[in-house]
Amino acid sequence: MNYALLVLSSPVSGHGARTAAHFAHSVIARGHHIERIFFLDEGTSNGSAVAVFPQDEADRLEPWTNLADDHCVELVLCISSALKHSMLDEQEAERYDRATTTHPAFVVSGLGQLIDAASHCDRLVTFGG
Amino acid sequence: MQRPIVTVWSLLAVDVSEKDRKRSLVVMRQSPYGSSLSRASVDLALAMGAFEQDYDLLFMGPGVLQLVAAQDSEKIGVKNIGRILSSLPLYDMESVYVDAAALERYGLNEASLVLPVKLLDDPSLRSLLNDSDHLIGC
Repeated sequence: MNYALLVLSSPVSGHGARTAAHFAHSVIARGHHIERIFFLDEGTSNGSAVAVFPQDEADRLEPWTNLADDHCVELVLCISSALKHSMLDEQEAERYDRATTTHPAFVVSGLGQLIDAASHCDRLVTFGG
Repeated sequence: MQRPIVTVWSLLAVDVSEKDRKRSLVVMRQSPYGSSLSRASVDLALAMGAFEQDYDLLFMGPGVLQLVAAQDSEKIGVKNIGRILSSLPLYDMESVYVDAAALERYGLNEASLVLPVKLLDDPSLRSLLNDSDHLIGC
């Protein structure tokens, strides 16, 4: 089955983001496909390359980057939410003359990417909100 | 005599291709100014209209407050969500559904909202949620 995920939860508050990443890994382990993971609103903070979390807690970035590196899952941050949440990829950082803050496994793009994924997938699963 | 036949065939053709299209329901559950999620969902609804998707909107729980006509967000320095929502009919959206019980709980009625809406009781709300291909709950 073909899945698309919508992540609204921030990595800082609650466990929605962690659950979403675990779900994505389980979906792939069971032989399904993930069309795209779209991050909206506070969910865009999951793409941060600069946030520092306590060393004695589970890594919050790695479950996502593994999905991109090992399984070629597209990780897309909604552009209007991303900019408000200090999430700038190289292109946006250059446009606004700021530092890059996103991990290269994530891309910043428009809501059209969520709509496109939703129209192609069998299941769209939302985390958080 | 040809005309009705042609019409029937073209209707059938539309019906077949429409079968493959997905019907989404965007579910608005957040109060308008309590968090940024309400605005993100409104932006999503506008984008779905711009991308010519088949979708409906459902406002439930505190989400019904987004539709209140008498809202003024000027003093908190953000855009008026009711005003943005009132432009939705320009985007070819199909229907706006409202959880009737939530509306009543907040002492509101259809006349106090920015858009013409369809009120749903609990059983019809459940069947709407069941019948949509995708639910996007924000």
